[in-house]
Amino acid sequence: MSKFAKKKDAGLPAVNTASLPDIVFMLLFFFMTVTVMKDSTLKVENTLPNATETKKLEKKDRVIYIFVGAPTSQYAKQFGKEPKIQLNDKFADPSSVGDYILQERAKKAQELQNVLTTALKVDKNANMGLISDIKLELRKVNALKVNYTTYDGDAFNNLQ
Amino acid sequence: MADIAFLLLIFFLVTTTIETDAGLDRMLPPMEPPTEDPPIIKEKNIFTVNINRNGQLLVEDELTDIKSLRVKAMAFLDNGGAPSGSPEYCSYCQGKRAPESSDNPAKAIISLKNDRETKYSTYITVQNELVGAYNELRNREAQRLFKRDFTDMEAEYLNPETESSRKDDLKEKVKRIQELFPQKLSEAETGTSN
Repeated sequence: MSKFAKKKDAGLPAVNTASLPDIVFMLLFFFMTVTVMKDSTLKVENTLPNATETKKLEKKDRVIYIFVGAPTSQYAKQFGKEPKIQLNDKFADPSSVGDYILQERAKKAQELQNVLTTALKVDKNANMGLISDIKLELRKVNALKVNYTTYDGDAFNNLQ
Repeated sequence: MADIAFLLLIFFLVTTTIETDAGLDRMLPPMEPPTEDPPIIKEKNIFTVNINRNGQLLVEDELTDIKSLRVKAMAFLDNGGAPSGSPEYCSYCQGKRAPESSDNPAKAIISLKNDRETKYSTYITVQNELVGAYNELRNREAQRLFKRDFTDMEAEYLNPETESSRKDDLKEKVKRIQELFPQKLSEAETGTSN
């Protein structure tokens, strides 16, 4: 028997999984670094309209969000089907938008307080009356920079 | 080990969102002091867009399809109706130079009015078309002066990763184009009638 005799073929060797944790950790770190935590649960329908001439909202810390839409099925019984405003985790009236903005503004760092943007995430089926009320409130507290958040896509798809 | 890592991975996958938001940037007008008289603007320098509750458009008192809004807005902005030699003459306009339309882009104002019952999606489409009209004209001028699209330059200027030396250079160019076609989009208070 020579030392270098061929072994009897024992089928394919099992795939070595020793590097699996490394791969998974790599994925984990990737997701940890590129993502931001969801900070509020949506209580309203929020299918945004499409638009093409969009600009990116770059810095999350300079944005205040306002959600508008019809309450989701879970809340429809209690709050009805008319579009509502959601601020943080609560439903609110247009009249409380101003206070909310002032409150959020006070939470931000001093140097950011003048460069805040208000992102309006409005469901495409909402009507303009509510939006006009919000806009009026925003003007009252001098939060003039707004961003109508949209999806990228052909704007004419909105009309169907 | 791998189990724990998987657990963490799945936790982060579920709780996070990757996408950065994008949308139409607009400035709201400040609350005007009540004593100030509104400035007098010539009728021909105003381009009225009226959206009714059914999503139909009345542009300059004509029922218009939303698809032709951009072309009409561009024709209005780019008209340059002031006669050559006058101080308001627009040297870079390529429009029809009709005397009954806007004098020059700096004077041209688009006035948007909508009903309380108008659907938000219609409103966004109209906004998109009007911003698109400005962007197309600005792109044209930017191509002529700097051989580059305006929207492209602006995106680079607003990107936080751009170095400051490049930003200063871009700032001037962006400003120059914005002065050629200033965005004057006025929104009236919403009405309940019509």
